[in-house]
Amino acid sequence: MEEVRHAVLQFRPEKSRIGESLARLRAHLEALRPHAPQVVVLPEAALTGYFLQGGVRELALTRHELLELLVGVYEEVGWEGVLDVVVGFYERDEGAYYNSAAYLELPHRVVHVHRKVFLPTYGVFDEERYLARGRRVEAFRTRFGKAALLICEDFWHSITATLAALDGAEVIYVPAASPARGFQGGYPENVARWRTLAQAVAAEHGLYVVVASLVGFEGGKGMSGGSLAVGPDGRVLAEAPLFEEAALLFALDRGRIAPVRYESPLLSDLEAGLPLLLPDLQRVLGRRDADT
Amino acid sequence: MRILEAPKAQEVLELNWLLVADFLTRFIREELAWRGYEKAIVAVSGGVDSATTLALAVRALGAERVHALFLPYRESSPTSREHAQLVAKTFGVALEEVDITPMVEGYAALTPDLTPHRKGNVMARARMIVLFDKSEAYKALPLGTGNKTERLFGYYTWHGDDTPPVNPLGDLYKTQVWRLAEYLGVPEAVVRKPPTADLIPGQTDEADLGVRYLRADVILEHYLKGYPDQYILGLGFTEEELRRVKERVNRTHWKRALPTVALLSSTGIGEFYLRPLDYRP
Repeated sequence: MEEVRHAVLQFRPEKSRIGESLARLRAHLEALRPHAPQVVVLPEAALTGYFLQGGVRELALTRHELLELLVGVYEEVGWEGVLDVVVGFYERDEGAYYNSAAYLELPHRVVHVHRKVFLPTYGVFDEERYLARGRRVEAFRTRFGKAALLICEDFWHSITATLAALDGAEVIYVPAASPARGFQGGYPENVARWRTLAQAVAAEHGLYVVVASLVGFEGGKGMSGGSLAVGPDGRVLAEAPLFEEAALLFALDRGRIAPVRYESPLLSDLEAGLPLLLPDLQRVLGRRDADT
Repeated sequence: MRILEAPKAQEVLELNWLLVADFLTRFIREELAWRGYEKAIVAVSGGVDSATTLALAVRALGAERVHALFLPYRESSPTSREHAQLVAKTFGVALEEVDITPMVEGYAALTPDLTPHRKGNVMARARMIVLFDKSEAYKALPLGTGNKTERLFGYYTWHGDDTPPVNPLGDLYKTQVWRLAEYLGVPEAVVRKPPTADLIPGQTDEADLGVRYLRADVILEHYLKGYPDQYILGLGFTEEELRRVKERVNRTHWKRALPTVALLSSTGIGEFYLRPLDYRP
Protein backbone atom coordinates (compact mmCIF):
# COMPACT_ATOMS: atom_id res chain seq x y z
CA MET A 1 0.00 0.00 0.00
CA GLU A 2 1.66 3.23 -1.10
CA GLU A 3 -1.11 5.72 -0.24
CA VAL A 4 -0.95 7.19 3.23
CA ARG A 5 -3.98 9.13 4.40
CA HIS A 6 -2.97 12.43 6.01
CA ALA A 7 -4.79 15.12 7.94
CA VAL A 8 -3.11 18.50 8.37
CA LEU A 9 -4.70 20.04 11.43
CA GLN A 10 -4.57 23.84 11.26
CA PHE A 11 -4.93 24.33 14.99
CA ARG A 12 -5.67 27.19 17.40
CA PRO A 13 -4.22 26.41 20.83
CA GLU A 14 -5.63 27.71 24.08
CA LYS A 15 -2.77 30.08 24.80
CA SER A 16 -0.41 28.84 27.51
CA ARG A 17 -2.91 26.19 28.65
CA ILE A 18 -1.74 22.72 27.69
CA GLY A 19 -4.68 20.90 29.30
CA GLU A 20 -7.26 22.97 27.44
CA SER A 21 -5.32 22.66 24.18
CA LEU A 22 -5.30 18.88 24.59
CA ALA A 23 -9.07 18.94 25.16
CA ARG A 24 -9.45 20.92 21.95
CA LEU A 25 -7.21 18.46 20.13
CA ARG A 26 -9.29 15.58 21.44
CA ALA A 27 -12.46 17.14 19.97
CA HIS A 28 -10.74 17.60 16.62
CA LEU A 29 -9.45 14.02 16.55
CA GLU A 30 -12.97 12.80 17.23
CA ALA A 31 -14.18 14.79 14.24
CA LEU A 32 -11.37 13.35 12.10
CA ARG A 33 -11.80 9.73 13.16
CA PRO A 34 -14.44 8.84 10.52
CA HIS A 35 -11.92 9.95 7.86
CA ALA A 36 -9.36 7.51 9.26
CA PRO A 37 -6.16 9.49 8.78
CA GLN A 38 -2.96 7.52 9.40
CA VAL A 39 -0.87 10.62 9.98
CA VAL A 40 -2.07 13.84 11.67
CA VAL A 41 0.19 16.87 11.30
CA LEU A 42 -0.02 19.72 13.82
CA PRO A 43 1.65 23.16 13.79
CA GLU A 44 4.61 24.57 15.71
CA ALA A 45 4.07 25.17 19.46
CA ALA A 46 0.68 23.56 18.98
CA LEU A 47 -0.16 22.90 22.62
CA THR A 48 0.89 26.26 24.11
CA GLY A 49 0.80 28.93 21.45
CA TYR A 50 3.96 30.41 19.98
CA PHE A 51 4.78 33.66 21.84
CA LEU A 52 5.56 32.61 25.43
CA GLN A 53 8.68 34.68 26.16
CA GLY A 54 10.05 33.43 29.51
CA GLY A 55 6.98 31.23 29.92
CA VAL A 56 8.81 28.63 27.80
CA ARG A 57 10.59 27.60 30.98
CA GLU A 58 7.28 26.86 32.69
CA LEU A 59 5.52 25.08 29.83
CA ALA A 60 8.26 23.10 28.06
CA LEU A 61 7.88 19.31 28.09
CA THR A 62 10.30 16.45 27.78
CA ARG A 63 9.66 14.28 24.76
CA HIS A 64 8.41 11.52 27.04
CA GLU A 65 5.96 13.85 28.80
CA LEU A 66 4.71 14.86 25.36
CA LEU A 67 4.24 11.22 24.37
CA GLU A 68 2.40 10.50 27.61
CA LEU A 69 0.02 13.45 27.13
CA LEU A 70 -0.78 12.51 23.54
CA VAL A 71 -1.23 8.84 24.37
CA GLY A 72 -3.75 10.10 26.96
CA VAL A 73 -5.68 11.93 24.24
CA TYR A 74 -5.41 8.91 21.92
CA GLU A 75 -6.87 6.67 24.60
CA GLU A 76 -9.66 9.09 25.53
CA VAL A 77 -10.68 9.31 21.89
CA GLY A 78 -10.59 5.52 21.68
CA TRP A 79 -8.63 5.55 18.42
CA GLU A 80 -8.27 2.14 16.84
CA GLY A 81 -4.87 1.08 15.56
CA VAL A 82 -1.69 3.06 15.36
CA LEU A 83 -1.88 6.82 14.73
CA ASP A 84 1.18 8.79 13.65
CA VAL A 85 1.27 12.39 14.84
CA VAL A 86 3.63 15.22 13.95
CA VAL A 87 3.50 17.99 16.53
CA GLY A 88 5.50 21.10 17.39
CA PHE A 89 6.26 21.68 21.08
CA TYR A 90 8.62 23.50 23.42
CA GLU A 91 11.06 20.85 24.62
CA ARG A 92 12.93 20.68 27.93
CA ASP A 93 16.05 18.57 28.11
CA GLU A 94 18.81 18.68 30.72
CA GLY A 95 18.21 22.32 31.63
CA ALA A 96 18.05 23.52 28.02
CA TYR A 97 14.97 24.53 26.05
CA TYR A 98 14.29 23.95 22.37
CA ASN A 99 11.64 24.71 19.79
CA SER A 100 11.08 21.12 18.68
CA ALA A 101 8.83 18.92 16.58
CA ALA A 102 8.19 15.27 17.28
CA TYR A 103 7.07 12.42 15.05
CA LEU A 104 5.13 10.04 17.30
CA GLU A 105 3.61 6.61 16.74
CA LEU A 106 0.65 6.55 19.13
CA PRO A 107 0.34 4.78 21.44
CA HIS A 108 3.83 3.31 21.25
CA ARG A 109 6.83 5.57 20.80
CA VAL A 110 8.65 8.74 19.89
CA VAL A 111 10.05 8.03 16.44
CA HIS A 112 12.06 11.22 16.00
CA VAL A 113 12.50 14.72 17.43
CA HIS A 114 13.86 17.62 15.41
CA ARG A 115 15.11 20.73 17.18
CA LYS A 116 14.73 23.98 15.26
CA VAL A 117 18.10 25.14 13.97
CA PHE A 118 17.17 28.59 12.66
CA LEU A 119 15.66 30.54 15.55
CA PRO A 120 14.23 33.81 14.25
CA THR A 121 15.41 36.67 16.44
CA TYR A 122 14.46 39.76 14.49
CA GLY A 123 11.35 41.84 13.92
CA VAL A 124 8.49 40.38 15.90
CA PHE A 125 10.49 37.25 16.81
CA ASP A 126 12.75 36.71 19.82
CA GLU A 127 13.42 32.96 19.94
CA GLU A 128 17.13 32.86 20.60
CA ARG A 129 16.65 34.85 23.81
CA TYR A 130 14.76 31.90 25.29
CA LEU A 131 15.80 28.83 23.30
CA ALA A 132 18.86 26.84 22.29
CA ARG A 133 19.50 25.87 18.68
CA GLY A 134 19.19 22.39 17.31
CA ARG A 135 22.24 21.20 15.37
CA ARG A 136 20.98 18.54 13.01
CA VAL A 137 18.74 17.95 10.03
CA GLU A 138 18.20 14.30 9.24
CA ALA A 139 15.72 12.00 7.58
CA PHE A 140 14.26 9.17 9.66
CA ARG A 141 12.31 6.05 8.96
CA THR A 142 8.58 5.88 9.74
CA ARG A 143 6.28 2.94 9.16
CA PHE A 144 5.41 4.57 5.80
CA GLY A 145 8.84 5.47 4.46
CA LYS A 146 11.47 8.14 5.04
CA ALA A 147 10.50 11.55 6.35
CA ALA A 148 12.12 14.69 7.72
CA LEU A 149 10.95 17.45 10.05
CA LEU A 150 11.79 21.13 9.69
CA ILE A 151 10.28 23.91 11.79
CA CYS A 152 9.17 27.22 10.33
CA GLU A 153 12.28 29.32 9.56
CA ASP A 154 14.29 26.12 9.08
CA PHE A 155 12.30 25.73 5.89
CA TRP A 156 12.98 29.30 4.70
CA HIS A 157 16.62 28.26 4.16
CA SER A 158 16.62 25.97 1.15
CA ILE A 159 19.76 24.20 2.40
CA THR A 160 17.78 22.38 5.12
CA ALA A 161 15.33 20.81 2.69
CA THR A 162 18.26 19.95 0.43
CA LEU A 163 19.92 18.07 3.30
CA ALA A 164 16.68 16.26 4.10
CA ALA A 165 16.21 15.27 0.46
CA LEU A 166 19.80 14.02 0.12
CA ASP A 167 19.26 12.02 3.31
CA GLY A 168 16.40 10.20 1.62
CA ALA A 169 13.28 12.06 2.82
CA GLU A 170 10.22 11.46 0.67
CA VAL A 171 8.18 13.90 2.68
CA ILE A 172 9.13 16.97 4.71
CA TYR A 173 6.72 17.91 7.48
CA VAL A 174 6.92 21.57 8.47
CA PRO A 175 5.12 22.66 11.64
CA ALA A 176 4.95 26.47 11.46
CA ALA A 177 3.70 29.55 13.30
CA SER A 178 3.64 32.55 11.01
CA PRO A 179 2.17 35.90 12.07
CA ALA A 180 0.32 37.51 9.16
CA ARG A 181 2.05 40.58 7.79
CA GLY A 182 2.14 42.47 4.50
CA PHE A 183 -1.49 42.94 3.41
CA GLN A 184 -0.89 44.44 -0.03
CA GLY A 185 -1.74 41.37 -2.11
CA GLY A 186 -4.35 38.64 -2.36
CA TYR A 187 -2.75 36.82 0.58
CA PRO A 188 -0.60 38.12 3.43
CA GLU A 189 2.98 38.34 2.19
CA ASN A 190 4.19 35.57 4.53
CA VAL A 191 1.50 33.16 3.29
CA ALA A 192 2.40 33.84 -0.34
CA ARG A 193 6.05 33.19 0.54
CA TRP A 194 5.22 29.85 2.21
CA ARG A 195 3.35 28.74 -0.87
CA THR A 196 6.20 29.70 -3.22
CA LEU A 197 8.78 27.99 -1.01
CA ALA A 198 6.80 24.79 -0.54
CA GLN A 199 6.17 24.45 -4.26
CA ALA A 200 9.78 25.21 -5.16
CA VAL A 201 11.24 22.76 -2.62
CA ALA A 202 8.81 19.98 -3.53
CA ALA A 203 9.48 20.36 -7.26
CA GLU A 204 13.25 20.72 -6.87
CA HIS A 205 13.64 17.48 -4.94
CA GLY A 206 10.60 15.50 -6.07
CA LEU A 207 9.14 15.02 -2.61
CA TYR A 208 6.05 15.93 -0.63
CA VAL A 209 5.97 19.05 1.51
CA VAL A 210 3.37 19.35 4.26
CA VAL A 211 3.09 22.68 6.08
CA ALA A 212 0.88 22.84 9.20
CA SER A 213 0.42 26.42 10.27
CA LEU A 214 -0.91 27.77 13.56
CA VAL A 215 -3.97 30.07 13.75
CA GLY A 216 -5.29 32.41 16.43
CA PHE A 217 -4.33 35.86 17.70
CA GLU A 218 -1.54 36.18 20.22
CA GLY A 219 -1.32 39.71 21.58
CA GLY A 220 -2.42 41.30 18.31
CA LYS A 221 -0.25 39.05 16.15
CA GLY A 222 -2.58 36.96 13.99
CA MET A 223 -1.19 33.55 13.11
CA SER A 224 -2.05 33.23 9.46
CA GLY A 225 -2.87 29.59 8.77
CA GLY A 226 -2.81 28.79 5.06
CA SER A 227 -1.46 25.30 5.73
CA LEU A 228 -0.77 23.31 2.61
CA ALA A 229 0.23 20.01 1.11
CA VAL A 230 2.33 19.99 -2.07
CA GLY A 231 3.03 16.99 -4.27
CA PRO A 232 6.43 15.96 -5.67
CA ASP A 233 5.73 17.77 -8.94
CA GLY A 234 5.25 21.06 -7.03
CA ARG A 235 1.49 21.13 -7.40
CA VAL A 236 -0.61 22.18 -4.42
CA LEU A 237 -2.77 19.23 -3.37
CA ALA A 238 -4.71 20.96 -0.62
CA GLU A 239 -4.66 24.37 0.99
CA ALA A 240 -6.35 25.59 4.17
CA PRO A 241 -8.09 28.96 4.57
CA LEU A 242 -6.50 31.89 6.38
CA PHE A 243 -6.88 32.63 10.09
CA GLU A 244 -9.29 29.83 11.08
CA GLU A 245 -9.07 26.23 12.15
CA ALA A 246 -9.38 23.62 9.41
CA ALA A 247 -8.31 20.08 8.60
CA LEU A 248 -6.81 19.24 5.21
CA LEU A 249 -7.22 15.65 4.10
CA PHE A 250 -5.00 14.25 1.39
CA ALA A 251 -3.37 10.99 0.35
CA LEU A 252 0.39 10.90 0.18
CA ASP A 253 1.14 8.50 -2.65
CA ARG A 254 4.76 7.36 -2.61
CA GLY A 255 4.22 5.82 -6.03
CA ARG A 256 4.25 9.28 -7.57
CA ILE A 257 7.77 10.10 -6.43
CA ALA A 258 9.75 7.84 -8.77
CA PRO A 259 8.07 8.96 -12.02
CA VAL A 260 8.40 12.64 -11.06
CA ARG A 261 12.10 12.16 -10.25
CA TYR A 262 12.61 10.24 -13.49
CA GLU A 263 11.18 13.11 -15.50
CA SER A 264 13.03 15.77 -13.54
CA PRO A 265 16.16 14.14 -12.04
CA LEU A 266 17.33 17.21 -10.17
CA LEU A 267 17.98 15.32 -6.94
CA SER A 268 20.32 12.81 -8.59
CA ASP A 269 22.02 15.70 -10.39
CA LEU A 270 22.49 17.32 -7.01
CA GLU A 271 23.98 14.15 -5.54
CA ALA A 272 26.48 14.05 -8.38
CA GLY A 273 27.22 17.78 -8.54
CA LEU A 274 27.20 18.86 -4.93
CA PRO A 275 30.56 17.26 -4.03
CA LEU A 276 32.13 19.44 -6.72
CA LEU A 277 30.93 22.51 -4.85
CA LEU A 278 31.97 21.45 -1.36
CA PRO A 279 35.36 23.17 -1.57
CA ASP A 280 33.56 26.40 -2.39
CA LEU A 281 31.17 25.88 0.49
CA GLN A 282 34.13 25.47 2.80
CA ARG A 283 35.78 28.52 1.28
CA VAL A 284 32.78 30.79 1.81
CA LEU A 285 32.33 29.56 5.34
CA GLY A 286 35.94 30.48 6.04
CA ARG A 287 36.88 27.02 7.21
CA ARG A 288 39.90 26.75 4.94
CA ASP A 289 41.43 29.81 6.59
CA ALA A 290 40.63 28.45 10.01
CA ASP A 291 42.26 25.10 9.18
CA THR A 292 45.55 26.50 7.94
CA MET B 1 15.44 45.33 -29.03
CA ARG B 2 13.18 46.78 -26.34
CA ILE B 3 14.95 48.26 -23.34
CA LEU B 4 12.84 48.21 -20.20
CA GLU B 5 13.68 50.05 -17.03
CA ALA B 6 12.03 49.21 -13.71
CA PRO B 7 10.54 52.17 -11.85
CA LYS B 8 12.14 53.25 -8.57
CA ALA B 9 10.80 50.96 -5.86
CA GLN B 10 8.97 52.40 -2.88
CA GLU B 11 6.89 51.04 -0.03
CA VAL B 12 3.21 50.55 -0.81
CA LEU B 13 0.57 51.79 1.61
CA GLU B 14 -2.42 50.64 -0.43
CA LEU B 15 -3.65 47.36 1.10
CA ASN B 16 -6.12 44.60 0.28
CA TRP B 17 -8.97 46.13 2.32
CA LEU B 18 -11.15 43.04 2.18
CA LEU B 19 -8.35 41.01 3.75
CA VAL B 20 -7.56 43.75 6.28
CA ALA B 21 -11.22 44.04 7.33
CA ASP B 22 -11.46 40.26 7.74
CA PHE B 23 -8.26 40.20 9.82
CA LEU B 24 -9.36 43.07 12.07
CA THR B 25 -12.83 41.65 12.71
CA ARG B 26 -11.26 38.35 13.78
CA PHE B 27 -8.79 40.31 15.91
CA ILE B 28 -11.62 42.06 17.77
CA ARG B 29 -13.53 38.82 18.32
CA GLU B 30 -10.54 36.86 19.60
CA GLU B 31 -9.03 39.61 21.76
CA LEU B 32 -12.40 40.10 23.46
CA ALA B 33 -13.05 36.39 23.84
CA TRP B 34 -9.98 35.43 25.85
CA ARG B 35 -10.54 38.44 28.10
CA GLY B 36 -14.03 37.11 28.79
CA TYR B 37 -15.97 39.84 26.94
CA GLU B 38 -18.76 39.50 24.41
CA LYS B 39 -19.43 43.21 23.95
CA ALA B 40 -17.40 46.25 22.96
CA ILE B 41 -17.81 49.96 23.63
CA VAL B 42 -16.53 52.71 21.34
CA ALA B 43 -16.35 56.44 22.00
CA VAL B 44 -17.56 57.94 18.73
CA SER B 45 -16.35 61.48 18.04
CA GLY B 46 -17.81 62.05 14.60
CA GLY B 47 -14.36 61.48 13.09
CA VAL B 48 -13.15 58.80 10.73
CA ASP B 49 -11.06 56.74 13.20
CA SER B 50 -13.87 56.08 15.66
CA ALA B 51 -16.34 55.54 12.80
CA THR B 52 -14.05 52.89 11.30
CA THR B 53 -13.55 51.24 14.68
CA LEU B 54 -17.31 51.15 15.21
CA ALA B 55 -17.84 49.62 11.76
CA LEU B 56 -15.28 46.89 12.51
CA ALA B 57 -16.80 46.20 15.94
CA VAL B 58 -20.25 45.79 14.40
CA ARG B 59 -18.83 43.39 11.79
CA ALA B 60 -17.08 41.42 14.50
CA LEU B 61 -19.78 41.24 17.15
CA GLY B 62 -23.09 42.37 15.64
CA ALA B 63 -24.68 45.78 16.29
CA GLU B 64 -26.51 44.53 19.38
CA ARG B 65 -23.19 43.81 21.10
CA VAL B 66 -21.64 47.21 20.46
CA HIS B 67 -22.21 50.34 22.56
CA ALA B 68 -21.46 53.75 21.03
CA LEU B 69 -20.83 56.74 23.27
CA PHE B 70 -20.82 60.39 22.18
CA LEU B 71 -19.02 62.56 24.74
CA PRO B 72 -19.30 66.24 23.75
CA TYR B 73 -18.07 69.33 25.53
CA ARG B 74 -20.18 72.47 25.16
CA GLU B 75 -17.76 73.98 22.61
CA SER B 76 -17.49 70.80 20.51
CA SER B 77 -18.38 71.46 16.89
CA PRO B 78 -22.08 70.85 16.06
CA THR B 79 -20.84 68.93 13.01
CA SER B 80 -19.23 66.40 15.37
CA ARG B 81 -22.65 65.55 16.85
CA GLU B 82 -24.27 65.32 13.40
CA HIS B 83 -21.52 63.01 12.19
CA ALA B 84 -21.53 60.86 15.31
CA GLN B 85 -25.28 60.38 14.88
CA LEU B 86 -24.86 59.64 11.18
CA VAL B 87 -22.17 57.03 11.90
CA ALA B 88 -24.22 55.31 14.63
CA LYS B 89 -27.27 55.23 12.35
CA THR B 90 -25.23 53.90 9.41
CA PHE B 91 -24.00 50.94 11.44
CA GLY B 92 -27.26 50.37 13.33
CA VAL B 93 -25.97 51.19 16.81
CA ALA B 94 -27.78 53.31 19.41
CA LEU B 95 -25.77 56.39 20.38
CA GLU B 96 -25.61 57.29 24.05
CA GLU B 97 -24.65 60.88 24.80
CA VAL B 98 -22.88 61.97 27.96
CA ASP B 99 -22.07 65.68 28.19
CA ILE B 100 -18.62 66.05 29.77
CA THR B 101 -19.04 69.83 30.26
CA PRO B 102 -19.89 69.61 33.99
CA MET B 103 -16.87 67.39 34.63
CA VAL B 104 -14.51 69.69 32.73
CA GLU B 105 -16.03 72.93 34.08
CA GLY B 106 -15.98 71.57 37.64
CA TYR B 107 -12.20 71.35 37.39
CA ALA B 108 -11.89 74.56 35.33
CA ALA B 109 -13.70 76.51 38.06
CA LEU B 110 -11.00 75.43 40.52
CA THR B 111 -8.22 76.26 38.07
CA PRO B 112 -8.38 79.86 36.85
CA ASP B 113 -5.15 79.65 34.82
CA LEU B 114 -6.31 76.63 32.78
CA THR B 115 -5.04 77.19 29.23
CA PRO B 116 -6.98 75.91 26.16
CA HIS B 117 -4.26 73.29 25.62
CA ARG B 118 -4.51 71.99 29.20
CA LYS B 119 -8.29 72.11 29.03
CA GLY B 120 -8.16 69.95 25.91
CA ASN B 121 -6.18 67.34 27.87
CA VAL B 122 -8.71 67.50 30.70
CA MET B 123 -11.47 66.81 28.14
CA ALA B 124 -9.63 63.77 26.78
CA ARG B 125 -9.14 62.42 30.31
CA ALA B 126 -12.76 63.12 31.26
CA ARG B 127 -13.81 61.08 28.21
CA MET B 128 -11.53 58.28 29.38
CA ILE B 129 -13.22 58.27 32.81
CA VAL B 130 -16.70 58.02 31.25
CA LEU B 131 -15.62 55.36 28.74
CA PHE B 132 -14.17 53.08 31.42
CA ASP B 133 -17.12 53.58 33.77
CA LYS B 134 -19.59 52.71 31.00
CA SER B 135 -17.38 49.74 30.14
CA GLU B 136 -17.84 48.46 33.67
CA ALA B 137 -21.57 49.20 33.63
CA TYR B 138 -22.20 47.35 30.35
CA LYS B 139 -19.46 44.71 30.69
CA ALA B 140 -18.25 45.90 27.31
CA LEU B 141 -14.54 46.20 26.51
CA PRO B 142 -13.39 49.66 25.33
CA LEU B 143 -11.89 49.68 21.84
CA GLY B 144 -9.17 52.20 21.06
CA THR B 145 -9.40 54.31 17.93
CA GLY B 146 -5.87 55.74 17.64
CA ASN B 147 -4.17 55.32 14.25
CA LYS B 148 -0.48 54.68 13.61
CA THR B 149 0.29 58.21 12.43
CA GLU B 150 -1.02 59.89 15.57
CA ARG B 151 0.59 57.23 17.74
CA LEU B 152 3.97 57.86 16.06
CA PHE B 153 3.55 61.64 16.36
CA GLY B 154 2.42 61.41 19.98
CA TYR B 155 -0.59 63.42 18.82
CA TYR B 156 -2.93 62.38 21.60
CA THR B 157 -3.41 62.86 25.34
CA TRP B 158 -1.28 60.44 27.34
CA HIS B 159 -3.48 58.16 29.45
CA GLY B 160 -6.46 59.76 27.75
CA ASP B 161 -7.37 58.55 24.29
CA ASP B 162 -4.60 55.90 24.22
CA THR B 163 -5.98 53.90 27.18
CA PRO B 164 -8.37 51.25 25.72
CA PRO B 165 -6.81 47.79 25.97
CA VAL B 166 -7.61 46.67 22.43
CA ASN B 167 -6.96 48.81 19.36
CA PRO B 168 -7.70 47.52 15.85
CA LEU B 169 -6.38 50.60 13.95
CA GLY B 170 -3.09 51.19 15.74
CA ASP B 171 -0.95 49.73 12.94
CA LEU B 172 -2.71 51.62 10.12
CA TYR B 173 -1.61 55.08 9.04
CA LYS B 174 -4.23 57.81 8.85
CA THR B 175 -4.40 57.61 5.05
CA GLN B 176 -4.90 53.84 5.33
CA VAL B 177 -7.75 54.38 7.80
CA TRP B 178 -9.39 56.65 5.20
CA ARG B 179 -9.22 53.86 2.61
CA LEU B 180 -10.46 51.21 5.04
CA ALA B 181 -13.29 53.55 6.07
CA GLU B 182 -14.39 53.84 2.44
CA TYR B 183 -14.31 50.06 2.09
CA LEU B 184 -16.42 49.61 5.23
CA GLY B 185 -19.03 52.14 4.13
CA VAL B 186 -18.27 54.96 6.57
CA PRO B 187 -20.30 57.96 5.28
CA GLU B 188 -18.37 60.12 2.82
CA ALA B 189 -18.98 63.30 4.85
CA VAL B 190 -17.01 61.71 7.70
CA VAL B 191 -14.20 60.33 5.54
CA ARG B 192 -13.69 63.50 3.53
CA LYS B 193 -13.74 66.17 6.24
CA PRO B 194 -10.45 67.60 7.55
CA PRO B 195 -9.41 65.55 10.62
CA THR B 196 -9.61 67.38 13.93
CA ALA B 197 -9.17 66.55 17.61
CA ASP B 198 -11.97 69.13 18.20
CA LEU B 199 -10.51 70.15 21.55
CA ILE B 200 -10.12 73.81 20.57
CA PRO B 201 -12.58 75.55 18.17
CA GLY B 202 -11.24 75.64 14.60
CA GLN B 203 -8.45 73.12 15.29
CA THR B 204 -7.29 70.74 12.52
CA ASP B 205 -4.72 67.93 12.77
CA GLU B 206 -2.74 68.96 9.72
CA ALA B 207 -2.40 72.58 10.91
CA ASP B 208 -1.24 71.32 14.33
CA LEU B 209 1.23 68.86 12.83
CA GLY B 210 2.53 71.12 10.05
CA VAL B 211 2.51 68.35 7.47
CA ARG B 212 -0.16 66.71 5.31
CA TYR B 213 -1.12 63.15 6.24
CA LEU B 214 -0.78 62.05 2.61
CA ARG B 215 2.87 63.03 2.70
CA ALA B 216 3.66 62.25 6.35
CA ASP B 217 2.51 58.64 6.07
CA VAL B 218 4.80 57.84 3.15
CA ILE B 219 7.73 59.46 4.93
CA LEU B 220 6.93 57.55 8.14
CA GLU B 221 6.74 54.16 6.43
CA HIS B 222 10.13 54.65 4.77
CA TYR B 223 11.71 56.14 7.90
CA LEU B 224 10.48 53.27 10.09
CA LYS B 225 11.81 50.73 7.61
CA GLY B 226 15.24 52.31 7.83
CA TYR B 227 15.55 54.04 4.45
CA PRO B 228 18.25 56.74 4.60
CA ASP B 229 17.26 60.42 4.39
CA GLN B 230 18.60 60.79 0.85
CA TYR B 231 16.35 57.99 -0.36
CA ILE B 232 13.27 59.59 1.21
CA LEU B 233 14.15 63.01 -0.20
CA GLY B 234 14.55 61.31 -3.58
CA LEU B 235 10.88 60.35 -3.43
CA GLY B 236 9.98 64.04 -3.66
CA PHE B 237 9.73 65.18 -0.05
CA THR B 238 11.32 68.36 1.33
CA GLU B 239 13.96 68.47 4.01
CA GLU B 240 11.53 70.46 6.16
CA GLU B 241 8.83 67.74 5.91
CA LEU B 242 11.33 65.01 6.74
CA ARG B 243 12.71 67.00 9.67
CA ARG B 244 9.24 67.62 11.12
CA VAL B 245 8.24 63.98 10.84
CA LYS B 246 11.44 62.65 12.42
CA GLU B 247 11.33 65.23 15.19
CA ARG B 248 7.74 64.35 16.12
CA VAL B 249 8.53 60.62 16.25
CA ASN B 250 11.74 61.05 18.24
CA ARG B 251 10.31 63.46 20.77
CA THR B 252 7.55 61.05 21.79
CA HIS B 253 9.00 57.54 22.28
CA TRP B 254 8.24 57.87 26.01
CA LYS B 255 4.57 58.35 25.20
CA ARG B 256 4.32 54.92 23.56
CA ALA B 257 5.76 53.15 26.60
CA LEU B 258 4.63 52.24 30.07
CA PRO B 259 5.96 54.46 32.89
CA THR B 260 9.70 54.16 33.57
CA VAL B 261 10.51 52.01 36.59
CA ALA B 262 13.84 52.17 38.44
CA LEU B 263 15.43 48.76 37.99
CA LEU B 264 17.02 47.30 41.11
CA SER B 265 16.76 43.52 40.79
CA SER B 266 17.21 40.76 38.25
CA THR B 267 13.46 40.14 38.24
CA GLY B 268 12.35 43.59 37.01
CA ILE B 269 8.95 43.32 35.35
CA GLY B 270 9.13 43.76 31.61
CA GLU B 271 12.95 43.85 31.69
CA PHE B 272 13.95 40.49 33.19
CA TYR B 273 10.56 38.97 33.94
CA LEU B 274 8.98 38.74 30.50
CA ARG B 275 5.56 37.22 29.82
CA PRO B 276 3.21 38.06 26.96
CA LEU B 277 -0.03 39.79 27.95
CA ASP B 278 -2.15 36.77 26.99
CA TYR B 279 -0.05 34.34 29.07
CA ARG B 280 -2.34 32.72 31.65
CA PRO B 281 -1.32 29.14 32.42
